[in-house]
Amino acid sequence: MSAADQSRAAPFSNSPKQKMTQRSDLARQQRIWGWVFLSPWLFGFTVFTAVPIFVSLIFTFTKFSLSSDDPIRFVGMDNWVKLFTDPVALGALGVTVKFALIAVPVGIILPLSMAALLNSKNLWGKTLWRPLYYMPYMVPAISSIFIWQSFLNGDTGWLNRVLRAVGVQEPPNWIQNESTILFAFLLIGVWGVGNAMLTMLATMQGVPTELYEAADVDGANGLTKFRKITIPMISPVIFYNLVLSVIGVMQYFVVPYVITRGTGNPNNSAYFFNMHLYKTAFAFFDMGYGATQAWFIFIIALVLTIGMFVTSKRWVYYASGDQ
Amino acid sequence: MAAITQPSTTSPAVNTSPFYSYQLRKFAVKAMVTMLAFIVAAMYLLPFVNMGLISVKSAAQITGNTDGNILPLSQDTYDYTDASGEVGTYEIYKVPQADGSLLDMALVKKGRQDSDFVNPANPEAGIVTVPGSWRTLEPVYALDLHFENFGEAWELINFPRLFFNTLTIAVVGLIGTLLSCICVAYAFARFPIPGKNVMFLILIGTIILPSQVTLIPTYAFFATIGWTGTWLPLIVPHFFANAYNVFLLRQFFMTLPRELDEAAMIDGAGPFRVLLSVIIPQAWPAIISVGLFHFIFAWNDYFGPLIYLQGKPALVPISVGVQVFNFQYGPRPELIQATSLMAMILPLLIFVFAQKVFMRGVVITGVDK
Repeated sequence: MSAADQSRAAPFSNSPKQKMTQRSDLARQQRIWGWVFLSPWLFGFTVFTAVPIFVSLIFTFTKFSLSSDDPIRFVGMDNWVKLFTDPVALGALGVTVKFALIAVPVGIILPLSMAALLNSKNLWGKTLWRPLYYMPYMVPAISSIFIWQSFLNGDTGWLNRVLRAVGVQEPPNWIQNESTILFAFLLIGVWGVGNAMLTMLATMQGVPTELYEAADVDGANGLTKFRKITIPMISPVIFYNLVLSVIGVMQYFVVPYVITRGTGNPNNSAYFFNMHLYKTAFAFFDMGYGATQAWFIFIIALVLTIGMFVTSKRWVYYASGDQ
Repeated sequence: MAAITQPSTTSPAVNTSPFYSYQLRKFAVKAMVTMLAFIVAAMYLLPFVNMGLISVKSAAQITGNTDGNILPLSQDTYDYTDASGEVGTYEIYKVPQADGSLLDMALVKKGRQDSDFVNPANPEAGIVTVPGSWRTLEPVYALDLHFENFGEAWELINFPRLFFNTLTIAVVGLIGTLLSCICVAYAFARFPIPGKNVMFLILIGTIILPSQVTLIPTYAFFATIGWTGTWLPLIVPHFFANAYNVFLLRQFFMTLPRELDEAAMIDGAGPFRVLLSVIIPQAWPAIISVGLFHFIFAWNDYFGPLIYLQGKPALVPISVGVQVFNFQYGPRPELIQATSLMAMILPLLIFVFAQKVFMRGVVITGVDK
């Protein structure tokens, strides 16, 4: 009570000049408190992000191993030259790009279609389906890998049982076949699109209904409305998911690592770039070359992200004018 | 259908028939859309069913079962006490009767020309000798669930220890992420810091930073200070805020009316007091979302424990533990499915009970950016 009285009384009892200094004092105090509350992130960002990025760049010009006591040796561009002449690394990059070309479009179109389905006014029991579609996303990666490994088993897997039942003579052994293993990974990935679907669905529900009513007056059919109203209106979320899935596919590791037991076989067809990075850095302890691979993927990610942001101006619609 | 549509073509009663056919069409469309949703849901949930069924099968029920039963079935048996008082367990077959029907009977004595059977429904009738080879008879199957798989997997994998490891890493990290992210989000939401907008963009930018680029120096750093082979690299970084959680909390804090902060400040509350008594009590939904996200993340994290706990099997969390187990017990699919189920049960339960909070959190982080 007394504190409240004091602070309330203070502005009236002081001269304007004093009031000014008091206000700037308060502003200064607020700024200091701001920095105090911000400090965990400032420290974390510096120690775990900013400095490592630059140290990582420096590492690309060195050769060192944490398992031995040899000092860090500067080797100039050796690691970079090695990277561009390393057939295993280039092959792994090829596998990653190949997978990205299928997985990224599917990772956008499928959740978009599912969101459209759940947003349909012709659907009964809307609230029932949403958690069901979302649920597989909650399954820990390790469990979902083993679930799918069993589901895709060449002999006893349900997928092949169904295929045999509909008359396919020799269904492939999905995860042991060079030409189908990426498709198997795709299925596992598709199981976890719940998150993207949910964000798209939530945005669709926020599209003003007047837009659709206006289109109805003009006699637009459902598909036209979806293409001309829904897609543009939710394009920021599509864009966001696109960026995330491009970055995600470049960090793809757990599924191929666990399914192929770290080998990337058959015939390196499932040997992703990150598995090579893991092997280089944490099996052979060649940290300099590992950092080079990491920076290489970082540069690719940066170029792609900038490219996506630049082209996004043409197709992403922001209602408020800017981001 | 025909009865309703026909009048519209023959009778001039145009008022009612288009109405009916419109309703019918609408009904048909709804049925089709819902059917589609059902098919998608079924395809999404089938792998769960597969897992559940395999996890209660015995090894014998799985092997050599290419086009056999998908259910965990075994041939049904019957315990019969014969005239001398001896008890035996006998397999049950479908035995043709005089009237042409089939009766489920237990095969007591196998013979080449004829075999002895007993009717489990009426054992007092005694042994019946049936001519013909018993090998041609169709066996009777019954559900035979092997829940002992879970017990076996539980012990082989040392589940209590994995569970304890995971829970410790998750909960301590959770405390760290809540403390730090709440403070940082509070700073971004309420304080006039110079360059705040640029810093916020940088923070959001770290979401799309490929984690490999910081991996090796970070690992080298932890190795140098002797933290590899301990839980510290998996826990300590969470005490320094993370972009997703700060973003979610900051968005939520921004929606809280400033008048309440100001009222508290006029009453003499300092910034910490305001955070504790004004902001946090209003922000529970967002804080719970963040807590859930972190818990699920920590439960799921595989790469971190894989590299930092290399060679320390006693410290690994459930994700790495289950994978190592799988590499060792590849030929025991029933145990692998049982461990997969045990590893996912807690996250799924959390989702079932906290669905609404969870999905709202996803929407805030995914939609507002």
